[in-house]
Amino acid sequence: MSWYRPSDVGYSLRKQLADIGLGARLFVRLLLLVGPAFRRFGLIRDQIHFLGNYSLAIIAVSGLFVGFVFGLQGYYTLQRYGSSEALGLLVTLTLVRELGPVVTALLFAGRAGTSLTSEIGLMKAGEQISVMEMMAVDPVQRILAPRFWAGVIVMPLLAAVFSATGIIGGWVVGVLMIGVDAGSFWSQIQGGVDVWKDVGNGLIKSVVFGFTVTFVALLQGFEAKATPEGVSRATTRTVVMASLAVLGLDFILTAMMFSL
Amino acid sequence: MDSPSSDPLVELRDLSFGYGERVILDGVSLTVPRGKVTALMGASGSGKTTILRLIGGQNRAQKGELRLYGSDGFQDVGTLDQEQLYAARRRMGMLFQFGALFADLTVFENVAFPLREHTTLTDGMLRDIVLMKLNAVGLRGARHLMPSEISGGMARRVALARAIALDPELVMYDEPFSGLDPISVGTAARLIRQLNDSMGLTSVFVSHELEETFSIADHVIILANGKVAAQGRPQDVRQSEDPLVSQYVHARPDGPVQFHYPGPSVEQDFGGAPAPIAPPSGQWI
Repeated sequence: MSWYRPSDVGYSLRKQLADIGLGARLFVRLLLLVGPAFRRFGLIRDQIHFLGNYSLAIIAVSGLFVGFVFGLQGYYTLQRYGSSEALGLLVTLTLVRELGPVVTALLFAGRAGTSLTSEIGLMKAGEQISVMEMMAVDPVQRILAPRFWAGVIVMPLLAAVFSATGIIGGWVVGVLMIGVDAGSFWSQIQGGVDVWKDVGNGLIKSVVFGFTVTFVALLQGFEAKATPEGVSRATTRTVVMASLAVLGLDFILTAMMFSL
Repeated sequence: MDSPSSDPLVELRDLSFGYGERVILDGVSLTVPRGKVTALMGASGSGKTTILRLIGGQNRAQKGELRLYGSDGFQDVGTLDQEQLYAARRRMGMLFQFGALFADLTVFENVAFPLREHTTLTDGMLRDIVLMKLNAVGLRGARHLMPSEISGGMARRVALARAIALDPELVMYDEPFSGLDPISVGTAARLIRQLNDSMGLTSVFVSHELEETFSIADHVIILANGKVAAQGRPQDVRQSEDPLVSQYVHARPDGPVQFHYPGPSVEQDFGGAPAPIAPPSGQWI
């Protein structure tokens, strides 16, 4: 491809547009398949187990460590202003509003997104997608839709686990190790966190990220070239694109929520 | 030549297909007679598998007509929408070259898959049907194994059981014998014949194994250079005087299908004064 040859530029532009169109069509189909997907809830349940349960360990451990670090860093800043009893509030708001959804989505892309992409890419390479089509079974409905909706359900749950373990981490460092007063640590959280504004906004973010990451992973797997190299490229693209999309969307969502 | 029945199960009329610039099929007309075993033969790249994919609606022809299931079927597979295509596919079974079993399901669940997707049978009935189909391919005892635990020949038999699970009218086999040992080739060939006759199927298979193919097929179609070179009863095709057909059925390395890939002539490459070798481009100095 050379940028100065109009035919090359046109070709690649047209290909990009076609790819975007294919992706958009798949996304709409997955949304419309919500009914059929939930009618066979067994398939979604299996995927929730696969995506959620196996991501639980990495999410919980990461949350704990992020909480530890926030306990330390937050205390360092707050004690300069003599308000170290607000440590609980600082840790909780940061996690619930921001870090919980975002870091969970990034970890989910790496842990579950890659496995979704490579699973579907390898099914394609093994002709399992074609054989399903030849059996008059729609692979989008049978394979993609249950995984998509399972990812959407699982993401907010994982983000909640992340935030919860993070708050415990902050408590361990702040209260147990540094000696911040436990009563003020918890009462500040209780008084300062709003269910709709803080928890609700975090929940909206994690649902949006659930759609994003799961869809990117499925699309990359479904469009992967059916070769070893194609599958490995698709897996890499899943992590790169999902991470960038999550960070970009996070900014947009945060800005929108601030203006409300 | 035997007269292909007046209402063939599959009929291709003047069908052309290509990938981009490359023409694979160029005005192919052929029929698959009902209730018979039809063999599609021809050199690699002659479009045999493409014909199966066209019949299954995975590819669409650029030109021509493809009638399926005769008078009560579909006039042109190339124009069907998704729903009609799935309706057509529910009446056919396809065996992929390497079986394409679902790697995360057991042998039993692989065969049960189309039944679970398309029927609402009770567990007991489903079990009976799956075991009957597995029995037909001799693998009733292997029901609990995973695809990774069985041999290539067994995998293909499981895939065959899965392809016939819904009692299709048409079964297509994509190179069912390739990569199998002689015993498995014999088994597979006998199975194709047996199932066709006992279940009242119509079978189409793509193959390179001359002996096995000529022994089980009722109808042989030979493709060459994007066209049908011969079709008819095996013995007629074998006796054909057509140089293309006779090269194929007698397995001669050279003939109308050439051994050498087109390129510069031998004289140009080896004879006369040595041609100057072009200096490598992109040198530093």
